[in-house]
Amino acid sequence: MDWSFLIGVVISGLLAGVMYSLVAIGFVLIYKTSGVLNFAQGSMLLFAALTFVSLHEEGLPFWIAFVLTLAIMVLLGVLIEKIVLRPLINQPPITLFMATLGLSYIIEGGAQFVWGTQVHQLDLGIADVPLPLNSILISQFDIFCAGVAGAIVAVLGVVLQYTRVGLAFRAAAFDQYAALNTGLRLPRIWAITWGVAGFIALVGGLLWGARTGVQFSLSLVVLKSLPVLVVGGFDSIIGAIVGGLLVGLTETLMEVYVGPFIGGGIDQWIAYALALAFLLIKPTGLFGQRSVERV
Amino acid sequence: MNRSRDVTALAIFGVFLVAVPFIKSDYLFNAILIPFIAVSLAALGLNILAGYAGQVSLGSAAFMAIGAFSTYDLLLYVPHLPFLVALPGAGLITAVAGLVFGLPGLRLRGFYLAISTLAAQFFVQWVFTTFPWFQGGDTSGVITAPPIFIDGFQVSTPVERYLLALAVAAILTVFAIALVRSRVGQSFLAVRDNELAAKVLGINVLKIKLIACAISGFYIGIAGALWAYLYVRTIEPAGYDLDHSFQILFVIILGGLASIRGAFLGAAFLVVLPLLLSRGGAALLGPNFDSGYVDLAEKIILGALIILFLRLEPQGLSALLARFSLNRKATT
Repeated sequence: MDWSFLIGVVISGLLAGVMYSLVAIGFVLIYKTSGVLNFAQGSMLLFAALTFVSLHEEGLPFWIAFVLTLAIMVLLGVLIEKIVLRPLINQPPITLFMATLGLSYIIEGGAQFVWGTQVHQLDLGIADVPLPLNSILISQFDIFCAGVAGAIVAVLGVVLQYTRVGLAFRAAAFDQYAALNTGLRLPRIWAITWGVAGFIALVGGLLWGARTGVQFSLSLVVLKSLPVLVVGGFDSIIGAIVGGLLVGLTETLMEVYVGPFIGGGIDQWIAYALALAFLLIKPTGLFGQRSVERV
Repeated sequence: MNRSRDVTALAIFGVFLVAVPFIKSDYLFNAILIPFIAVSLAALGLNILAGYAGQVSLGSAAFMAIGAFSTYDLLLYVPHLPFLVALPGAGLITAVAGLVFGLPGLRLRGFYLAISTLAAQFFVQWVFTTFPWFQGGDTSGVITAPPIFIDGFQVSTPVERYLLALAVAAILTVFAIALVRSRVGQSFLAVRDNELAAKVLGINVLKIKLIACAISGFYIGIAGALWAYLYVRTIEPAGYDLDHSFQILFVIILGGLASIRGAFLGAAFLVVLPLLLSRGGAALLGPNFDSGYVDLAEKIILGALIILFLRLEPQGLSALLARFSLNRKATT
């Protein structure tokens, strides 16, 4: 067995997983505070990347385009919370989920209506070239992505743990009614959460867009992230990270070592097979908190 | 279509039957009525699972594909099997598939079934594209659906295909109406509204969910077979994609969750909407009209309607149409 090849596969799998984690974190944030499984996260990612690329192509410098897109994303997130989800408050989770499904149709259609349907190239200035490391090849771009994801998680962790907003966020996630009783303004917390989710969608959109080109299929990363949530647990940020890594690793390993024997193309469903295994064995996921939903 | 606009539920079938000699255009049968029936049946199946039993599935198109391929394979590999036996056979196979993918997701409430049916969506499409056995060993091209023989009579013209679809739909609709009024159907509602309360009442929650899943699979499988054999008339994995699954879900949200006629109203709406949009767009914009925009406009309109209906009229078109009639106790 070629060990350095195996190690290379493992590392590239883990790095691919980082990209899934990045999308999954956006889900978890919203799910934790408001109990909404936001299917529109993928289309928000597409919208962010398309907006950024189009502004950038119009001649705006990178940072101005970035800040402008960020402002649009935060605004979009806040509006979604206000217009779509607030009126549906106290509805069953499935209704909220279906609303975000409708939302994803609006955002996808709208993004392409405004910015067109052609594929855009996005160059972040980091070459996607393999970096030799002790005879193991690792993409420089992957390492950059891992760095960005790591930074986001670190900042999120610090904010959640040491700031007033973070405390309010944790209180709202822990017990909505108790949080409301202590005078926390839940709508404001939700608005902040959606804003942050918009930011994460932008970062995810740029990284994914740089890799695959900015196009419609970008919104499909949402489908790769749902199994991550099952594996890691819907309400755990750590779970999103570990789940993403696990999904990326499984996918790459299976694709390299099993795929060729059963016809290939198994990356379409292998993440879901892993998720189903978790549903059968450990339904709350690795870090999911409660199983009270089980009756 | 005008003819049937205001007619609801079962009376529809009589009208649809009586209407046949008056409809001169094959286009109406081919492009509107036949897909309308197939989509309605699939939506009816999904509504049993999602509307009545409260378990949302995102894999309807995959189960339609299973129905289509099962019919094809049964007829291909079982000699002398009549079509009218293969059809329910395919329904049963799809029901079993529904159970297989339902079981991991049904033990818990919430999104888990959505995710395990998504698994079905991706896995099933992969299986049918990867293994040529399902297409009779031939992957070289698109397989045309073989002709349908019923007791030696070949079903081929649009009217004949339409009548076959209508007959199947009528039988399944009558059964669905009986089902939702039965003890099992009432248990669906109990499980949807409050699992704990249902359990206290002595309902075996998991069993009820699995029954809903199997019956839903049976309906959707037959809908898929009708879709393949009577509408598109090809047997291929393409077309049964996630978007198609979403469309079926949208049909029941717009038509009305937990409503039999809702499935038909929603399906009528969803079949006609793109036609209206492209006709309307062409009429408004004339030669500058870009059909690419129709798809986008349709997406935006659909998405907006979903949210509006969830907010303002969770019971869908069905409730809009007949507010005066005593609907099922407003729930959800």
